[in-house]
Amino acid sequence: MLLEVRDLHVEFRTRDGVAKAVNGVNYSVDEGETLAVLGESGSGKSVTAQAVMGILDIPPGKITGGEILFQGKDLLKFKEEERRKVRGAEMAMIFQDALSSLNPVISVGDQLGEMFVVHRGMKRKEARAKAVELMEHVRIPAAAERVRDYPHQFSGGMRQRIMIAMALALEPALIIADEPTTALDVTVQAQVMDLLAELQRELNMGLILITHDLGVVADVADKIAVMYAGKIVETAPVHDIYKAPAHPYTKGLLESIPRLDQKGEELYAIKGLPPNLMHIPPGCAFNPRCPMAQDVCRTEVPPLFEVDADRGSACFFWRECLDDTSRD
Amino acid sequence: MTQAATEPPLLEVSGLVKHFPLTQGILFKKQVGAVKAVDGVDFRLDRGETLGIVGESGCGKSTVAKMLVNLEKPTEGAIKYKGEDITRLSGKALKAVRRNIQMVFQDPYTSLNPRMTVGDIIGEPYDIHPEVAPKGDRRRRVQELLDVVGLNPEYINRYPHQFSGGQRQRIGIARGLALRPEIIVADEPVSALDVSVQAQVINLLDRLQAEFELSYVFIAHDLSIVRHISDRVGVMYLGRIVETGKDVEIYDHPTHPYTQALLSAVPVPDPEAREHRERIILHGDVPSPANVPSGCRFRTRCWKAQERCTLEVPLLAVPAEFRLVEGPAAHDSACHFAEEKQVVPPEEPEQPEGGTP
Repeated sequence: MLLEVRDLHVEFRTRDGVAKAVNGVNYSVDEGETLAVLGESGSGKSVTAQAVMGILDIPPGKITGGEILFQGKDLLKFKEEERRKVRGAEMAMIFQDALSSLNPVISVGDQLGEMFVVHRGMKRKEARAKAVELMEHVRIPAAAERVRDYPHQFSGGMRQRIMIAMALALEPALIIADEPTTALDVTVQAQVMDLLAELQRELNMGLILITHDLGVVADVADKIAVMYAGKIVETAPVHDIYKAPAHPYTKGLLESIPRLDQKGEELYAIKGLPPNLMHIPPGCAFNPRCPMAQDVCRTEVPPLFEVDADRGSACFFWRECLDDTSRD
Repeated sequence: MTQAATEPPLLEVSGLVKHFPLTQGILFKKQVGAVKAVDGVDFRLDRGETLGIVGESGCGKSTVAKMLVNLEKPTEGAIKYKGEDITRLSGKALKAVRRNIQMVFQDPYTSLNPRMTVGDIIGEPYDIHPEVAPKGDRRRRVQELLDVVGLNPEYINRYPHQFSGGQRQRIGIARGLALRPEIIVADEPVSALDVSVQAQVINLLDRLQAEFELSYVFIAHDLSIVRHISDRVGVMYLGRIVETGKDVEIYDHPTHPYTQALLSAVPVPDPEAREHRERIILHGDVPSPANVPSGCRFRTRCWKAQERCTLEVPLLAVPAEFRLVEGPAAHDSACHFAEEKQVVPPEEPEQPEGGTP
């Protein structure tokens, strides 16, 4: 297994109290595999990724438990220096907002080349040649001329390609993409996702795709982990989950999105709001919003039940949920 | 109403243009060009109807919204409300019209004043239009509005930061409703919200439309949401509407290549579809509105473009090849080589599969 996150816990200590952002997350990605982590804002999907990458703000963040096994070694036991060698070279991250992730006063070529200077000890000139090569690889037209340009001179889609080029520069084994296309228009989003999927195949990388868009997930993922209030509530191969979700939250999400191919009547809406991470409800965190909630949900925390060999659901009533969905 | 045919439509927009001048020089400003944000838009809106306008960023859809509510003066063209051109009105007459066309903004975080209570925010329109609610009656009215949009009327003295994004958007909607308008222009009203909250707000907009006989101009980039809420749809590209029609006509029988590409690019939440769905991937980016291509403005990214497209601007009308046939393909489309193409897979027939576990 390329990456395995085991029982990860992350807290943020703030003036108003302790926010429990990640509460025992388990997931794994293999080489060439795409895991989609799906969740709304505040579900802990980005915080988990930041912990894996080692770019969590500590403090106020604090990893209070768990293991992050990368190629069999626990990254949390690494010293910062060792960690730095992994970051960028072995695993890399693509951020949502390319404009604020790129340095506005350094040319794109220098930013791309920096990877080779720092990690591979190349000379500037060699590094620049490498940068041009990378830009061509992500299909930026006239790369040789544009390598001296600054981020603001590129369009949103091109900037995101440069981010991808930067992440792929040292051919890492794992890529974490945090909402890589959310800020882009649909036609550009399709270009960028296409490129990412192609490069992933080419280099046989593991990909963790963090998103809230069920459409993007259906397009590219092999398996999904659905997060809610810092926990994984359902995990399954992509085909199963869309056919018959085994958790009421996943089910609600799938039913609440309007479809392109159907006009549809009134949308199903999950009532209420996601919980405040400082006051997560007792029992199952989803219980105040759940149409199936019973007394047991308010007192006991559901473990991740095994639905299938490769499927899990953190709901006491996953059987009913599954039956309910396959009926209609 | 028997003479509905002779009555002017609620809102009719014709030849709407907005150019923002580009100038050079500090003291002697010389106009060197113009950003053609909106470059000739026509549409109409009837009572109780929802017109969806979709397009990518920079296509001018938000500028259209701003002109409809008079936040931006058009360079050219007319916006007729019940037959009267509001771009020529001023003073009292303009104020009266503006009462009837209200706006809901995209970002619920920046469109509410953080120093005002919810009651003051929703009640502020009454300061400008005191005839709608006499002073003593306002508090009750505001509480009624809070109730209508699904918020607790007791929250009237709270501040915006005490609410979540979805709740704030409800406050924005309540403010839009305060003056009992006939038309609401909603510019991306749900795109800043989480998926599970989006559905709540869309359902609210649906319910309010029926309750208050509202007409919506619904502007968004999310094609699925626009389909859900709209009766008619206009697709914008670089300052113009390139295709318009009923929702079925646009989504199931698109004839303009841009619409087809746009629809095929939308990720569908169905992993089965990824194998047998045709994707049209457009190359390049939208050209700058300061430098619009000659002829058809989509030609630089179009796979069908020929010499004619460079020379001749295609008009928004029913294309010649569909003019004689009846049916959903016969709707306005601004393309010289329009042809029907189904890009969204039609609804699958129910599979006769027995109960799985």
